[in-house]
Amino acid sequence: MDTSDELLLDIQHLHTAFRVHDEFFDAVDDVSLTLHKNEILALVGESGSGKSTLATSIIGLHNPRNTRVTGDIMYNELNLVGLNEALFNRIRGNDIGMIFQDPLAALNPLMRIGEQIAESLVYHTKLNESERNARVLELLDQVGIPDPALTAHQYPHELSGGMRQRVIIAIAIACKPPIIIADEPTTALDVTIQAQILDLLEDIQKEIGSGILLITHDLGVVAETADTVAVMYSGQIVEQGSVYQVFDNPLHPYTRSLLRSMPQADQDDEELHVIQGTVPSLVDMQRTGDRFAPRIPWMPASSHEENPVLHEVEPGHLVRCTCYKTFYFPDDKQPAAAGAGSSQNASEGE
Amino acid sequence: MWKTILRRVLLMIPQIIILSLFVFILAKMMPGDPFTGLINPQTSASQIAQIRQEAGLNDPWPVQYFRWVGNALHGNFGLSYQFHKPVIDLISERAVNTLYLAVFSVILTYLISIPLGIWAGRYQGSLIDNSIQFYNFVSISVPSFVWYLLAIALFGFVWHIFPTSGSVSVQASGFIGVTLSRLYHIILPGVLIALMSTAGNIQYLRSGIIDNQLEDYVRTARSKGVPERVVFNKHILRNSLLPIAAFFGNVITGLLGGSVFAETIFSYPGMGKLFIDSVQARDYSVMTALIVMYGFLTLLGNLLSDIIMSIVDPRIRID
Amino acid sequence: MSLIEIKDLNIHYPIRSGFFNRITDYVYAVDGINFDIEEGETYGLIGESGSGKSTTGKAIVGLEKVTSGQIMYNGEDVTNKHNRKQMKYNKDVQMIFQDSMSSLNPRKRIEDIIAEPIRNFEEMTDNEERTRVKELLDIVGMPSDAMYKYPHEFSGGQRQRIGVARAVATHPKLIIADEPVSALDLSVQAQVLNFMKHIQREYNISYLFISHDLGVVKHMCRNLAIMHRGRLVEVGTRDDIYNHPQHIYTKRLLAAIPKVNPSGREKDKANRRAVEKEYQEHQSKWYDKDGKVFPLQQISATHSVALPPDEVAELKSEVG
Repeated sequence: MDTSDELLLDIQHLHTAFRVHDEFFDAVDDVSLTLHKNEILALVGESGSGKSTLATSIIGLHNPRNTRVTGDIMYNELNLVGLNEALFNRIRGNDIGMIFQDPLAALNPLMRIGEQIAESLVYHTKLNESERNARVLELLDQVGIPDPALTAHQYPHELSGGMRQRVIIAIAIACKPPIIIADEPTTALDVTIQAQILDLLEDIQKEIGSGILLITHDLGVVAETADTVAVMYSGQIVEQGSVYQVFDNPLHPYTRSLLRSMPQADQDDEELHVIQGTVPSLVDMQRTGDRFAPRIPWMPASSHEENPVLHEVEPGHLVRCTCYKTFYFPDDKQPAAAGAGSSQNASEGE
Repeated sequence: MWKTILRRVLLMIPQIIILSLFVFILAKMMPGDPFTGLINPQTSASQIAQIRQEAGLNDPWPVQYFRWVGNALHGNFGLSYQFHKPVIDLISERAVNTLYLAVFSVILTYLISIPLGIWAGRYQGSLIDNSIQFYNFVSISVPSFVWYLLAIALFGFVWHIFPTSGSVSVQASGFIGVTLSRLYHIILPGVLIALMSTAGNIQYLRSGIIDNQLEDYVRTARSKGVPERVVFNKHILRNSLLPIAAFFGNVITGLLGGSVFAETIFSYPGMGKLFIDSVQARDYSVMTALIVMYGFLTLLGNLLSDIIMSIVDPRIRID
Repeated sequence: MSLIEIKDLNIHYPIRSGFFNRITDYVYAVDGINFDIEEGETYGLIGESGSGKSTTGKAIVGLEKVTSGQIMYNGEDVTNKHNRKQMKYNKDVQMIFQDSMSSLNPRKRIEDIIAEPIRNFEEMTDNEERTRVKELLDIVGMPSDAMYKYPHEFSGGQRQRIGVARAVATHPKLIIADEPVSALDLSVQAQVLNFMKHIQREYNISYLFISHDLGVVKHMCRNLAIMHRGRLVEVGTRDDIYNHPQHIYTKRLLAAIPKVNPSGREKDKANRRAVEKEYQEHQSKWYDKDGKVFPLQQISATHSVALPPDEVAELKSEVG
């Protein structure tokens, strides 16, 4: 990460709570993050970790009737939390572009591709119709669509999955937004297409210098593309750092468990590591102490902090709770010393 | 697309033939014949036999069937025994009446159901939604003739605001006079038919809007910074109107079908009433012609609906 | 004799067009494939969407009409429905689906879902049946009171385990697992894969493991086949495929898997781009003039690859 780059987003103490039976529960609980120009920040976590909720909070698309967002999301002296709709509509699409997971569902089936891309130009630029059409063709070309003029006149169902995702990217970058949020952009795609789409994202970033918030559950995708990583569990960031810090020296028990449960190892008959228990639901989520503690019951209570906070173990590398210092896997020969366990992880399996 | 339409039209021929055979045989199986009601004690048996012989009723039924089909192909569906005039004239006369009433009520149905469907969907769970749902519930669960009778009693007999029968007043003269008189006769049955047929549209539109609001493409539109009003009209509403468009072809051809209940109760001389009357009078030349026509209209309506769908929804192609 | 032998399996869908709606062409969903699955082994079938891998799986359980070719089970032809019925084939061959939500009837309780195959093939009293369902839930690590609940009350991983319990209810010999863990989170995926292995050891079950995820297949399968455009492009042992891939398509798939090693990512990317370039520029070397995959040629005792004959000769001389 090059921290000298301009700060784009400064998220401080963000809480996003959903209403369940007239009570609000934090799905994102006190998250602070920054995103810079030219940075790819990956937000990793399993379903229910709050990573997508965080993205939706940034772009302000939660239904205000059953959601409560507090904290600060600063973008150029502007706090996006509580911003009024009219102002927010000027930000969405223009300053923040969004890429979604399922490219078929994310496109209106009744509208031509060109029209869907042009739509954001209508509200954010002064281009007239023919200029907009020219821009649409330019964008389709930029995202690697072989015949832009043809595709602009087609409907979503006439394109392949990979092509549709390229269209989604064209929509997101139509106004050259400084911030791009990509929510599981390759999950619905085949691996070879995934590789192409990730390459495309990187190329586009180089071209327009955006900061990208990449939300994914795929550790491989993170390791291949991200500059910085934040691992989320139960609405909190449990580990954060550069991609090298997190993958070469994973410290938090959750990060280490995830890496260990990946079917990567060459050994055939070995069982995969299973994280005990299940991800708690929003309502059942433990709100005090170390939220990951129930998943590593063999660790003594004394190893956890009472109110776990993020500790900076080296510049830029943050880990929540002190339990990482003594953490070991029960099937290891002996308890590993702090940090040493990481070398046995799958990160070096290849 | 034209090839497909032509093929579908050609495919309708065997379907109509099968329907006509079926209808013909059923009509033959009905007890009595068209003359049953005309016979009085003075009519001698030989006279009856002679009438029957002249009408061709003693021929084997395949002969009768082909004669009937041959005539029908020339636009001759025979003579109505009840009204003593050619069936085709009778039907075209009644069809005009029905058309007036149906166009009026269909337009009114859309005028009522689309705004109500939009409100109900947009403000799901609100007081307005609950009221609309209650109206739907009432219009579906209480048989329509109950309301028709009630309306006639109140607006016709108690308050004397609207006529209680007929399609045009005998005193009316001149184009404007006749048209106004027609309109006057149509209003009560038309409004009631419309009020009773909104439930489907409202429900389709309401649930379409509720479902489509949560679609990913709506989120995409919002993330582009499209104002909410435009998101609603361009993305949510347009997609929610599809199921209504899917029935539009049948609605168009249904304009000629007429409403059996409403026309009978309002004594409005349209197709629905003609059908019931001809069944009651065993006027089987009228009846068979009507059933074959209804069958044809249904098939045509389906084809029209498919064509309309292929126009409004690019995912549906008919080729 | 293998447990199941797939011989020249073809599944073609007609494309109709023209005024008379005549069949003018076919989609060659599965276009002449052969493979065998041995008792107790997990055979991997890898492919991207549209490769025909799921169609193959469905054809084996009998959910897809076979155009031509044979499916032999214990040496007997089970290609047609009559034979399958007579042999109670579907008692022995079951399926696990990708989407556990839509493959479990939301209106039925877990008890009825799991008991359904038992009711189809075995005669049991209610008590015996209930005991069996409890046993099955226990096998997949679920509490027995789960039987009184409905599918929506469970998480994705739990539902997938219920799917496994249903599949093993009739003591099958073979389970077709079509992307069984693709929809699951990493930690849950590990759980389900472990269960599948555990059950395999316990009951000597064979799996046809259909997936697009080369990492998961590598973990699960000793023998595997790569499918592309309805045909097999490469067949071999895990070592053959992952360490000595020959076909460009296999290489492409392998190169496209993101590695969990950020330090090597620039190298990986360069390698991926080189393979992609090769694939784009030398199509004719790997596919025939119609863009179809060549017939498989054996290059070692275990390893076959779809290459034109002259390329194979060259390869063989290299391998020695």
